[in-house]
Amino acid sequence: MTEREQKKKPAETRENTEETTEELVNVHGTASGEKLKAEMDDLLDEIDEVLEENAEEFVRNYVQKGGE
Amino acid sequence: MAIKKIIGIETEYGITAKGKFATNPVSASSFLVNSYAHEMFEKNTKWDFTDEQPGRDARGFLAESSGVPLIETQLINVVLYNGARFYVDHAHPEYSSPECGSPLEATLYDAAGQLVLRKAMAKAKESLNDNEEIVVYKNNSDGKGNSYGCHENYLMDRTIPFSKIVDEILPFLVTRQIFCGAGKVGCENSKEQIEFQISQRADFFEEIVGLETTTKRPLVNTRDEPHANSDKFRRLHLILGDANMSQTSTFLKLGSTALVLAMIEDNSLFSNAFRLADPVREIKRVSHDINLSHLLTTDSADKISAIDIQYRFLEAAQNYVLRGGGEFVGGDEIAKNILELWEDTLDKLAVDPMKLNGTVDWVAKYRLVSAYRQRHDLKWNSDKLAAIDLQYHDIREEKSLARLANLETLFSTAEIRAAENEPPHSTRAYFRGKILSKWPANIVSANWDSIVFDLGGKSLKKIPMLDPMKGSFEIVANLIDETKTVAELIDKLEA
Repeated sequence: MTEREQKKKPAETRENTEETTEELVNVHGTASGEKLKAEMDDLLDEIDEVLEENAEEFVRNYVQKGGE
Repeated sequence: MAIKKIIGIETEYGITAKGKFATNPVSASSFLVNSYAHEMFEKNTKWDFTDEQPGRDARGFLAESSGVPLIETQLINVVLYNGARFYVDHAHPEYSSPECGSPLEATLYDAAGQLVLRKAMAKAKESLNDNEEIVVYKNNSDGKGNSYGCHENYLMDRTIPFSKIVDEILPFLVTRQIFCGAGKVGCENSKEQIEFQISQRADFFEEIVGLETTTKRPLVNTRDEPHANSDKFRRLHLILGDANMSQTSTFLKLGSTALVLAMIEDNSLFSNAFRLADPVREIKRVSHDINLSHLLTTDSADKISAIDIQYRFLEAAQNYVLRGGGEFVGGDEIAKNILELWEDTLDKLAVDPMKLNGTVDWVAKYRLVSAYRQRHDLKWNSDKLAAIDLQYHDIREEKSLARLANLETLFSTAEIRAAENEPPHSTRAYFRGKILSKWPANIVSANWDSIVFDLGGKSLKKIPMLDPMKGSFEIVANLIDETKTVAELIDKLEA
């Protein structure tokens, strides 16, 4: 077995439930967790500041002709 | 035998307009390209279509009614000082990068393309009314079933059979999206309910191999236009990739693909090659599986994950580079960077994909969308989430959500600015770009493999450039510097 194969973790051994993915962005209680949560809160505030005001209209009007 | 992977990347941008161009994306795109061209050039150098044959098929025949649209030659089409082509393709502005000598260089010139589009938007805005604006998006889908492409081109040895390339690269192409997918909220062209998927483009593929690009899209496109000496070269035209906001994703996409292609040319891939039982179905399944748990089925009924398929290609590439394969992708240092990035990315995908939120687009986008969804308790089909998806690809600094995602960059602003007007030194793009900036009044038209000069006499002079590696800085820089007139240049070239 090569060195790389020893250190890699095959994908099948991961827990693969829907909850797992949701929790990846759901940060809990630790000190660094609090910091990450604060950073994410700031980021979400920034998104609200720059996001197109009327999301429904923006999405509805975004129609493209196929290309290529 | 492997040859140096000369690489180009072409991006069709999505376009929206407020005001007089609102209902006409062709006019909006033309206005945008014109706005940039007028600012940059005293005289636009036209693109020359006389030698283009997009209907020629790599499998050896010329399609009679292939559905390939006629090229709209009347639409605006300019050559840039960096050797790129900036034009209107159907109803989109498109930037085709110059030919580049390495995946890293091609990534830089893709970033320079974004700068060109940003400048074009700003320039257009100056001549529009206050309530009018044209905005472009570097994505591949409108969320309503319409898609437009980000195509890659790789120079290959003509003697390698096309069917061998297709057979050997398919498992790689179907699974590489796990590190270069741009992410998408929802699903198109399918009855499935998907909350979020890895790729923008996977929903749109229906065939394994074919000539089409707009309907019945194939995983491997057979367009056989080498734009070079067709006895020696093939240009592999890949249409299945997503346009990336992350420079790292673009670099890894181009770098890993170039290495795999060089290995195919050198018969260095696997001693026991494997194929997927149903690649068209698998590209969608891999895209729809953000937990990366799906097992793909091989033609011998084995089950293997996308990550493990990528580890197999990575391991072959590591051995190949140890044996000197790096020379075909820009040298050992670039090859080492590709391999380290590839391995690190796969290791993180296997353990905790969210660690890649600064380098992999689909992860960065998922992080924004899912956190926003949780905060506002939204359903996955909410317009707000669709808007975040679209606006991730807005290339205006002040509006781009990809910028808020704080993606790592590979180049400084100064390097990208320089690449807007300075051609790559490694290919014939150098000759094209430099000739254009030195003698703009004498150039009638240009395309990938020739330039037509006007020497003031009765006839025009066409100079062929059939080898993409000739015309580089090393070969022609002194010649161009020491020559005063185009007539003198042509005398020297023909001597």
